[in-house]
Amino acid sequence: MVTKLDALANLLRKYSLWPMPFATACCGIELMATASSRYDIARFGAEAMRFSPRQCDVMIVAGRVVMKMVPVMQRIWLQMPEPKWCISMGACASSGGVFDTYCTVQGIDRFIPVDVYIPGCPPRPEQLIRAILDLQEKVQKTGTIDAREFASRTAYEGPTALARELSPEEAIVAPGDYRTATRLRSLPVVN
Amino acid sequence: MPYLDTLNAKFAGAFTTSAFRDNQRVLVNAERAPTVIFALLKCLKEECGFDMLAELGGIDYLNYPDATDRYCVVYGLTNTTTGERVFVKAFANDPEPELPSVTALWKGADWMEREVYDMYGVRFTGHPDLRRILMPSEYTAFPLRKDYPLRGYGERHNFPIVTRAES
Repeated sequence: MVTKLDALANLLRKYSLWPMPFATACCGIELMATASSRYDIARFGAEAMRFSPRQCDVMIVAGRVVMKMVPVMQRIWLQMPEPKWCISMGACASSGGVFDTYCTVQGIDRFIPVDVYIPGCPPRPEQLIRAILDLQEKVQKTGTIDAREFASRTAYEGPTALARELSPEEAIVAPGDYRTATRLRSLPVVN
Repeated sequence: MPYLDTLNAKFAGAFTTSAFRDNQRVLVNAERAPTVIFALLKCLKEECGFDMLAELGGIDYLNYPDATDRYCVVYGLTNTTTGERVFVKAFANDPEPELPSVTALWKGADWMEREVYDMYGVRFTGHPDLRRILMPSEYTAFPLRKDYPLRGYGERHNFPIVTRAES
């Protein structure tokens, strides 16, 4: 139940979301464009980018995240004070994108909770602004003054294991047949 | 190629040559490479003027047509006086591919040899600090080997999960 005090806190919070820009790739360029004069995220109260997680409310993960960056990302997320939210910006952060490789994590939501996903490669600044607006709506509807709405979310909220990791015998090994210059045609079915 | 005369005088029979367009190559097979390659590169550097190691990379020739050895380390050398280039290919084989390090000749080989070790598992004896350079240190596989699956063995999902309540 959202009381009047909660509603007041939500109103104040949603118009001053301070982003933590976790920009690792080209989505970060669009994130910068969103903050600058043409798109001007300041119109929605989210212009105060801080590079210290201690001062931030929303982490924007913009770009692909590789295995080495996952512990860094989790640490930054844990360092942010409550209440906090996370935006997964772009195809790579949300699902790994085209980087279905040995080193790239297939979506950050497998390791940290995500509130808003933005599709696109990279998304346009308007899409990021839309995500901020969606997040503002979420804050207004679900937020509480002491951030107690998070306490019940103890379960893993990420995707179910979509593509099971293949055993070495059936895994796709590249490249296939050198003599005909083709990939192996009999690819295993992924559940 | 004046350098070929020098090499022939000192290492006759230890290497073969080939060419692709204007790429001149000197190849040393896996049998001879561990003993010959360092002296050959030293000779190229000190007597033939190839004073710059422009590139050092690896190749996995698994299932490659007509390949006899599996791993290859390519040394791209440049003569900074004449602009001449030569590519020296040294081969190595399973189970323990190993080649001598050339960090004693070119300091710049340090990180490049670490990268070849990281991606292909070719060990360089005499390297001052042979650790992984790109992949995490707890990683055990060598991802650019041709028998390594594209999606890995599940290493990329092997991290703790932070739930909303505990964060």
